[in-house]
Amino acid sequence: MKALVIATLGLLPLAGSALAEEGPFASQVEARQGIMRYYAVNIGTLGAMAKGEAPYDAAAAKVAADALAGGASLDTSMLWPKGSDKDAHPGTAALPALWADGADVGGKAKQLRDAAAAMQAAAPAGLDQLRGAMKGVGDACAACHKDFRAES
Amino acid sequence: MRKSGIALLGLIALTAAAAWVLTAPAAPVPEARIAALTPDARHGEQVFLAGGCASCHLAPGATVEGPPILSGGQAFPSDFGTFIAPNISNDPVAGIGVWSARELANAMLHGVSPEGRHYYPAFPYASYARTSLRDVVDLRAYLATLPASSQPSGAHQLGFPFTLRRGIGIWKLLYLNPDWVVDGPLTPEETRGRYLVEGLGHCGECHTPRTPLGGMERSHWLGGAPSPDGKGRTPNLTPGQLKWSAPEIVEYLTTGFTPDYDTAGGHMAAVVANFAELPDADRAAVAAYLKKVPAVAPAPAVP
Repeated sequence: MKALVIATLGLLPLAGSALAEEGPFASQVEARQGIMRYYAVNIGTLGAMAKGEAPYDAAAAKVAADALAGGASLDTSMLWPKGSDKDAHPGTAALPALWADGADVGGKAKQLRDAAAAMQAAAPAGLDQLRGAMKGVGDACAACHKDFRAES
Repeated sequence: MRKSGIALLGLIALTAAAAWVLTAPAAPVPEARIAALTPDARHGEQVFLAGGCASCHLAPGATVEGPPILSGGQAFPSDFGTFIAPNISNDPVAGIGVWSARELANAMLHGVSPEGRHYYPAFPYASYARTSLRDVVDLRAYLATLPASSQPSGAHQLGFPFTLRRGIGIWKLLYLNPDWVVDGPLTPEETRGRYLVEGLGHCGECHTPRTPLGGMERSHWLGGAPSPDGKGRTPNLTPGQLKWSAPEIVEYLTTGFTPDYDTAGGHMAAVVANFAELPDADRAAVAAYLKKVPAVAPAPAVP
């Protein structure tokens, strides 16, 4: 029981995942939202420096950028089985378009890997370089969200 | 009795005549004011981006690789029917290649076509009405550098009485008001932000609730509204709800990241892509302006 409470609490920060612990594809949805959150935490470290909310720290920026690139290099294809969309599971906003012919998920995944690699080079090099690499990362995130995520 | 009957008929005729005159599409931009301006196509691209022209006038599903092809065709459902964005490419027949700067100004500032017809306000001239003539002239020059598409414009799918364009004249009398919404003393930066948000950026078109006749509710300016496509709501951008700092707003308009590092979705992704191409100062100006908008209380949660 206690474990369940803790597990449930752990899910709370994930937007749209109130029901992620139930139903078909529950594990896959939970895992992919966890990876998204892992990206967001690390991009958050970089973004806080970009916005001037946190002082620039080359070492911390490197850790975050390495983590982002590491996450982007993971094979997550098994977390996206065909049909694991918002109609099958209320905790996900994934649109059926993600599995449509010509969706070019591979191309978009490569865009994220490339943007993360560019950030890996830029983040430890200086604040201006870090700032310059933020848009590429944002564009890569948006490329998938724009086509494959339902509007909240 | 008979006399008063005639008087009444006369009054009705007069009223009808007055209504006919008042709803007539006027095209009042004077040529002399246009001729005094020197077109700058490079600056026109900035106007094009701030105005978000491509967001609606690209072909459905098209992405921008190189110069945008503004062949139109995207559908915009509304309470009044479905509007189809027209071809505004440089084609002389299917597009607007032959338009003069004055004709573009009449379209953007007054919602009137070169043939003297009212445009439907799905074309956001209620906002573009605040565009400077200089920006229109520069935009005209930039549009002339873009490719032509011979794709004919599709017809709007509207039901009666919205098929009667003359009725738009009444709508314009009620809602086409180029006065600034946020008045009062503003810094130069806030003033620039107001121009971008209230004018070219036409943010109010989606983020301001509408009256039953489809005009923007100035008393709830940028207070968030039901999405035009019927799914969910657009966010309230006023200090009544939006608590983002100015740097957070700038970051959002630059990289698309929200303060918790989610990304812009839907139509806003296209808006962010455009604003990211504008000078830093313009994004900062938008943030500065948004802090000056009167607070609108958050909408009650929908059960």
